[in-house]
Amino acid sequence: MTEKEKLLHSALEGSRRDLSRLLSMIEKGEELSMPEREENPDYMILGITGPPGVGKSTLVGRIISYWKERGKKVAVLAIDPSSPRTGGALLGDRVRMDSANSGEGVFVRSLSTRGNPGGISASLMAMSKLLSCCGWEKIIIETVGSGQSEIKIVAFADKIVLVDGPDRGDIIQAEKAGIIELADLVVVNKSDVPSALKVAENIRSAFSFSNENDSPEVLLVSAERNDGIEEMMELIQSSESPLWRSRIKIRERLLSLWDHRLMSSPKLNQVIDDIETGSISLEDGLDILSG
Amino acid sequence: MKIVMAKPGLDGHDRGAKVIARALRDGGHEVVYTGLRRTPEEISRIVMDEDATALGLSTLSGAHDVLVPRICELLRESGMGHVMVFLGGIIPERDHEKMFSEGVRAIFGPGSRTEEILAFLGKSESRIENNQPVGVFNDDGWHWN
Ligand code: B12
Ligand SMILES: Nc1nc2c(ncn2[C@@H]2O[C@H](COP(=O)(O)OP(=O)(O)O)[C@@H](O)[C@H]2O)c(=O)[nH]1
Ligand SMILES: [Mg+2]
Repeated sequence: MTEKEKLLHSALEGSRRDLSRLLSMIEKGEELSMPEREENPDYMILGITGPPGVGKSTLVGRIISYWKERGKKVAVLAIDPSSPRTGGALLGDRVRMDSANSGEGVFVRSLSTRGNPGGISASLMAMSKLLSCCGWEKIIIETVGSGQSEIKIVAFADKIVLVDGPDRGDIIQAEKAGIIELADLVVVNKSDVPSALKVAENIRSAFSFSNENDSPEVLLVSAERNDGIEEMMELIQSSESPLWRSRIKIRERLLSLWDHRLMSSPKLNQVIDDIETGSISLEDGLDILSG
Repeated sequence: MKIVMAKPGLDGHDRGAKVIARALRDGGHEVVYTGLRRTPEEISRIVMDEDATALGLSTLSGAHDVLVPRICELLRESGMGHVMVFLGGIIPERDHEKMFSEGVRAIFGPGSRTEEILAFLGKSESRIENNQPVGVFNDDGWHWN
């Protein structure tokens, strides 16, 4: 057995330490062949995304408690941006997740956007798969941002929740950009702040102008006051993705796997060199990389 | 380096920890901040889940003499003896030797300069690369100050 196989064996047997080491290997871009995840209706990968400061981490803390109380094992991958200049990062999401510290049944890993040679989405996909193989039934992925790329990062999740807050209204921008279609639910947090109601109203009316009849539901909650959380969880669990949304998700998954395959090809640098000198065309390069 | 910055025990002084967490980020490190009032057991589990290379502890309340040895022991017991532990806050001179003998590799008190802390981390990185481990388990007596 190779070192990696030994680690995998022991992680599957329940070693938290070795699971954690394997996650680091995936983060560095190493490939890992894993068994297929067991079919189990209890398993769920939940993507939580939205602009900074709207209360995603606080909300994740509540979701952890909700699932913990129901006897589920919960793992969280919390992503924060790294500084493009220094490569450093301050990962503070766990500060807001008090419930993350409460026992053996919760696993939290903070990740920065750097590293991940094959693209962060592919690496999150592999990490989630490993976690579920190791018996972590509920996997929550927190990503920050309101742009197109952030929601695409979690396109592989089973359910996607977009979070917004008072005085932001980023979701309306997202709606205009046409990326809202990936979301299964829109949550406006901080309902204890009066202006949150206005934001929720604006989002609902923006949706009513769109062509799609099945825009996601818009729900007001307060993570801080633990208000509306049960309802949110019930909606997350019961929401059925319409066929067109499942298709969009599959398309996004294909795209990120494609990215990953190109980016992690050992021939990438050579192909870039050859295109630069003009000895091959872009199409040739693509054929070589995807071959 | 991936560094967990933790506040153990009931101590509520978090300015220093936050200042240092930011300074280390600006120095190119990946810093996970735990927030206030973490127990030794929680800290050891956080270090494990994060697969961190180093653990920075900040205490100003005087409880370091109980908390630090307990944390170092838990790290060793749970197979994380390779993790480097360093310390900051209010640690009286008379306790330094005891902290070093527990496996702590550096202590930075009030007025410490960021450059020095970064230099210490750089030195530790190069020691690790040169197979001179700096973990809590590797009792070779080396410490920064
Ligand atoms: C500000 C302050 C407070 C604020 C804290 C606000 C906050 N959120 O942090 C408040 C008013 C709340 C407070 C309360 C108390 N305080 Co007070 N407080 C201070 C004070 C004046 C300054 C601390 C500070 O923030 N310094 C600025 C930061 C940037 O410096 P620093 O924390 O030392 O960090 C530097 C280094 O130590 C180092 N560092 C720190 N941590 C780490 C970690 C790592 C890994 C590294 C590498 C470096 C590092 O780098 C930093 C930059 O150089 C100190 C006295 C002093 N001069 O230190 C007393 C002091 C710490 N407090 C003290 C006490 C007793 C208390 C109280 C119990 C009651 C009281 N008498 O006021 C309460 C307890 C609160 C609690 N729950 O724990 C005592 C502690 C005595 C002891 N250890 O024996 C001190 C020393 C005052 C004294 N001389 O009596 N306090
Ligand atoms: N008023 C109010 N503040 C909240 C609520 N949820 C979170 N916050 C605060 O919003 C800030 C950002 O929270 P955080 O969870 O870190 O947001 P994130 O950046 O989206 O992960 C913190 O100061 C929280 O205390 C809420 O429901 N109401
Ligand atoms: Mg957050």
